[in-house]
Amino acid sequence: MPPLTLRRKLAILSDAAKYDASCASSGTEKRNSAGKGGIGSTEGSGICHSYAPDGRCISLLKILLTNFCVYDCIYCVNRSSSNVQRARFSVEEVVGLTLDFYKRNYIEGLFLSSGIIRSPDYTMEELVRVARSLREDHQFAGYIHLKVIPNAAPELLAEAGRWADRLSTNIEMPTDIALETLAPEKRPSEIRTAMARVRGKLDEAAPEAKTKTRTAKPKWAPAGQSTQMIIGADGANDGAILNRAAGLYSGYKLRRVYYSAFSPIPDASSRLPLRPPPLMREHRLYQADWLIRFYGFDVPEIVAGGEDGLLDLAIDPKLAWALKHRERFPVDVNRADRDMLLRVPGLGTRSVDRIIATRRHHSLRLDDVARIAGSIDKVRPFIEALDWTPGGLTDHQRLRAKLTPAPEQLALF
Amino acid sequence: MIAVRLQSLNDFDEWRGKARQLLAAGLSPENVAWRIPGEANGLFEGGDAMLPEAAGPIGSVPRQFIELAQTAINHADPARFDLLYRVLWRLQEVPQLLLNAADKDNSTLTLMASAVRRDSHKMKAFVRFKAITDDTGFERFAAWFEPEHYSLELTAPFFARRFDGMVWAIVTPYRSVYWDTQTLVFAEGGRRTDVPEVDAVEEDWRTYFSSIFNPARLKISAMKSEMPVKYWRNLPEAELIAPLVRGARQAEQQMIERAASQPPSRHVKQTEKYAQAAEAQSEITSLADARAAVQGCRRCPLYEHATQAVFGEGPEHAQVMFVGEQPGDQEDLAGQPFIGPAGKVLDAAVEKVGIDRSRVYVTNAVKHFKFEPRGKRRIHNKPDAGEIQACKFWLNLEIGFVKPKVIVALGATAAHSLLGRTATISKLRGAPITMEDGTVLFVTNHPSYLLRIPDPERKALEREKFEQDLVLVRDAIAALEACH
Repeated sequence: MPPLTLRRKLAILSDAAKYDASCASSGTEKRNSAGKGGIGSTEGSGICHSYAPDGRCISLLKILLTNFCVYDCIYCVNRSSSNVQRARFSVEEVVGLTLDFYKRNYIEGLFLSSGIIRSPDYTMEELVRVARSLREDHQFAGYIHLKVIPNAAPELLAEAGRWADRLSTNIEMPTDIALETLAPEKRPSEIRTAMARVRGKLDEAAPEAKTKTRTAKPKWAPAGQSTQMIIGADGANDGAILNRAAGLYSGYKLRRVYYSAFSPIPDASSRLPLRPPPLMREHRLYQADWLIRFYGFDVPEIVAGGEDGLLDLAIDPKLAWALKHRERFPVDVNRADRDMLLRVPGLGTRSVDRIIATRRHHSLRLDDVARIAGSIDKVRPFIEALDWTPGGLTDHQRLRAKLTPAPEQLALF
Repeated sequence: MIAVRLQSLNDFDEWRGKARQLLAAGLSPENVAWRIPGEANGLFEGGDAMLPEAAGPIGSVPRQFIELAQTAINHADPARFDLLYRVLWRLQEVPQLLLNAADKDNSTLTLMASAVRRDSHKMKAFVRFKAITDDTGFERFAAWFEPEHYSLELTAPFFARRFDGMVWAIVTPYRSVYWDTQTLVFAEGGRRTDVPEVDAVEEDWRTYFSSIFNPARLKISAMKSEMPVKYWRNLPEAELIAPLVRGARQAEQQMIERAASQPPSRHVKQTEKYAQAAEAQSEITSLADARAAVQGCRRCPLYEHATQAVFGEGPEHAQVMFVGEQPGDQEDLAGQPFIGPAGKVLDAAVEKVGIDRSRVYVTNAVKHFKFEPRGKRRIHNKPDAGEIQACKFWLNLEIGFVKPKVIVALGATAAHSLLGRTATISKLRGAPITMEDGTVLFVTNHPSYLLRIPDPERKALEREKFEQDLVLVRDAIAALEACH
């Protein structure tokens, strides 16, 4: 069999990586190559350089080092029992591709993952070599995200964090039982232990807030750590998923939990649901996650907005919560505190901040709120303003129907 | 009416100079018309000659206005200069104007600035460099880009910071910029044909673009809103979008239909190896076995959210065993018992009364951390009777293998576990309890209890009582050693 061309390997190993939801290149330290002769910069917020027709942004070269794998995780296209075509990049090939793509402004950096070959240590060492070469041999200052291989030696993890902006270990499933059923060789406690180690290193590297003489500590994974959970491959409900996420956020200081709707994979096991991925459910989970992290909601509140532990698919979770708690509305935009304004459907954190800033100067009318919020339809039934009171609208029986978006015709192409 | 002629499309300093003159002369916005290069004056408008020479003092403006104006002036709307001058004029009367998000002029200006920032952001995203390689193999790069606003000047420094070691140019219809690894040089605009049509790596990029796309997740509107169609003609990957979308349904169907086939022989070998390894770890015959097995514990639901089971630590045949409640946040992360604040209190007390810490085995009644997630913290939660009972299995194994002579229950949970019933510390402390197997049990507070007492006087008192309990333990150990 002739050796695979680089392009063929790229096709195989990016195809194999497309089920990982993370593509973010944000939240890292600011650095650039100015005056250093290298290439690359990161300025806090990431840049999406392209979009695939699946609506997902392409900001990183997201590939596997290899899709050979000794594990047999049922949900994974690269599991050892699958008959997909296999390939393996050399360290130099990945480095070369990253630089070539970066110089043409196609990408923000590299997101490198891998199937597990030989041993966790061997695999992790290979990932680390790519990152080290980019940083040391090529003065690459762009973004690097490395996948942590659970059970790899702590020294390798420590080195990975020296080169990478972000590290991630995928929790994969919302419950340990599901993980052990679908990924028989994976140990949930090993995955969480890997996350705990990353958190420990992040804590060590964090600047001490109180000391005045700040000794510059070496940077370590400045964009923190993240994880991914696959949604819809097992029977867990949204409550279980969000509880798992809350536990992970609080335990390991994760920047993000990615929810990845399980999609059919080629050569799939018959034990999996072979139907289109539940994209709306994934979307609602992201919205709920957002409410937990930035709007002061807790998990039980959000889950109670739906039925039987599942979020309402027709409307967003904040609206769902508000419709079930109409006794707390209308909220007076000229008087209410920030926490309560944040609970008004249709008002985001920025709108709320601008409302608070503006009302110091004059009382707001409905028009003012409309201008600040961008759109008033969803907001109107839940607020009072100088010239507006919703009257019976808040408690109107058909309010939910009025605020439920009409089913959309899919865009034809 | 006075018409002010500007030399540049988006030079803030030029506009500011002229606006200051107008302001100093007291010319209200209704009496000023702004003209850009190439634009004729109106019939009844005076020319530049009418620009007043006045140079008196003018009021200051908030820094926020300068920042907003520097951005908004790059907007393509011809009305931008007029709006800027009107806001400047109104700021003299209402210095707080920019804080009023509901004001129409203010919100228009803000929207203009964000449209420019968005355009600049899209330039950062969608510029595609094409390499030109000379005979020596040296690469230079050039890109053609069509911004919606005049955002090249605003964005060029970003490219200089990012591609410092690279020689590059970006050509737009209204202006071009060149970087020679040292300085940014701006020049006249150009045409698409000024940059090469293709690049050697483009085909790899297209391969990546089509392979990373998951046909089962088609979301065309999301793609179009973030990557507006107007940019597509300069993106080498965009020509793939239509065929990928057209083929998506079929590609998805193929993924579904390609159900599991016969696993490769490599897999069969691996599975056998795994099965052998699993068989090897069978029953628990030593402390080390128990330590390994506890990681797979499913006896109660606590394993699900804790990081790992935290087993006891210490010499394998320690004479004394301290039993706490459950691992805390730090213990859970590190996988070791008593390394957090409560552990420090215990260590200090043990050392103070003269017990040799290195000869002590420490463990917990419950091996998994029970907590309530609250934002970025995990709040300790007391284990219930069922969890204590379930975990007794492991504590019994530890006691069985270590065979301590003296056991110290730290707190109610540990006492409950060891006695098999709910226990009150105050009633049980101060005297040894002889267990069925002859082990001597002492009961005292959990050290974390001492940490939680706010009143310093009571705290000192309780610490003393705790140490007194440990003195009893020390004496009991000494008595045992004397017997042997």
